Amino acid sequence: MQYMLLIYADEAVEPVPGTPEFGDFMQGYGAFTEEVKGKGLMVAGDALDSVSTATTVRVRSNNTETTDGPFAETKEALGGYYLLDCKDLDEAIQCAAKIPSAKLGSIEIRPVRIFD
Amino acid sequence: MQRQTQAIIEQTVRQEWGHIYAGLVHHLGDFDVAEDALQEALLVALERWPVDGIPNVPRAWLMQTARRKAIDHLRRRSNFESKRADLALLAELEQREEGDMSGEQAIGDERLRLLFTCCHPALAQQARVALTLRTLGGLSTAEVARAFLLPETTLAQRLVRAKRKIKAANIPYKIPDPELWQERLSSVLAVIYLIFNEGHTATRGPLLSREDLSAEAIRLCHILTGLIQNEPEVIGLLALMLLHDSRRNARISDEGCYVTLEQQDRQRWDKEKITSGVHNLKKALSTRQPGPYQIQAAISAVHAQASSFAATDWHEIMLLYNKLYELHPSPVVKLNAIVALSFCRGAEVGLDGLAELKKQSDLDSYQPYHAAHADMLRRAGRVRDAIDGYNNAIKFSSNAVEKQFLEQRRRDMLKQRPTS
Repeated sequence: MQYMLLIYADEAVEPVPGTPEFGDFMQGYGAFTEEVKGKGLMVAGDALDSVSTATTVRVRSNNTETTDGPFAETKEALGGYYLLDCKDLDEAIQCAAKIPSAKLGSIEIRPVRIFD
Repeated sequence: MQRQTQAIIEQTVRQEWGHIYAGLVHHLGDFDVAEDALQEALLVALERWPVDGIPNVPRAWLMQTARRKAIDHLRRRSNFESKRADLALLAELEQREEGDMSGEQAIGDERLRLLFTCCHPALAQQARVALTLRTLGGLSTAEVARAFLLPETTLAQRLVRAKRKIKAANIPYKIPDPELWQERLSSVLAVIYLIFNEGHTATRGPLLSREDLSAEAIRLCHILTGLIQNEPEVIGLLALMLLHDSRRNARISDEGCYVTLEQQDRQRWDKEKITSGVHNLKKALSTRQPGPYQIQAAISAVHAQASSFAATDWHEIMLLYNKLYELHPSPVVKLNAIVALSFCRGAEVGLDGLAELKKQSDLDSYQPYHAAHADMLRRAGRVRDAIDGYNNAIKFSSNAVEKQFLEQRRRDMLKQRPTS
């Protein structure tokens, strides 16, 4: 069963590129990605560019409205995701706990809906 | 015969529901299919047992009948809305049933798995409580709703939503992995203790105690001690609930008034429950892995073994609360430690402790703080302040029986108020 692990974190508290902390942080992500790949759980996963690059689109009365910024102005923003194929929620929870950003922000787990 | 059979069926259902239901969920992999099948099997029992006699092993009979009903049910459903998942389950069940012509499959005890599913932290806490009572306790939706003073539709919705999440998110039906064990076990224990407390001190409504829930929590914990060995906190929780429950009859007077520990008639305490509670506590403590439930049980045991309120070993109680505070640093635990201190060294010392505590935490709307504060002021002879204290304690109380007691205390203070 596929679970989307949505990584939410406050960009202000994440390690800054170029610092040793950032190196460790990225290494943590590399190790996690290798682990889920090795276990055959990985379907997809990506990091997203910062919230400052976000664009939000809505269509109202057939008019396309385009605005700068994310859908919701919250402190913790969506920063990346993993799409994993886990046997149950517990396995997804155990994976989520190993994502480096879980220590800084939160990981929201959502089952992928299946229409049959 | 009819009435007798009915009684036996009801008794079997009550005692065996959790066991049969858990077995069916394990077998069928679906809460709703299991529930419908079990309900149908009960109808067949009501019809057949008076004619054919009660089967040798009613639980096995009900289980077998429910399994067949589930297959019938899935076959019927597969005619018009053939979901792939249903068809796959049907095929599997039919195959399993063929492979077992004797009809006497061993019934494993699947209750622990079910309990871990129902108490999964991915479910809302209220939903965990309702699911546990419904599936393992065998209480009807109406009974659970009544116990929690909720409209039946609200409770039914809560159950539907929880079951939907179990299915959609694939919350597993299994004993958790070792790395999740402690978190999951503490969630199970918290749910049981919540059920007990709801019965012990009803948070709302006119009655102080709703015995059925307390008894159910003790029964569930008792079952749990049989299913999980070597977990002292499970035994500690059982001990705690037995010891608390031993005072049930003394907590309310014949007139329905709340009676404080100090004024309780200790002859009315249930000796059997105290003995059993202390026995379980000793068993838990002998493992030398203390935990919050064991410490709370130890506190309760000190009270239970004191011949009178004056003879209570308050020093021991204070030490135990301090120990509990180390494990569980919360203002509530501190408050209790201060109450014990006030009985050791006087109400004035207690009031100093409360003043210190109030600086550190926001307790303005915390009723037990105001109740403790008012009581210490009363004991210190500060009548005017005590009246204010009781006013606050009454304002924040949501239990009618408790409120009545506080109002009585306030009236006593008003009588003593200096008129000058």
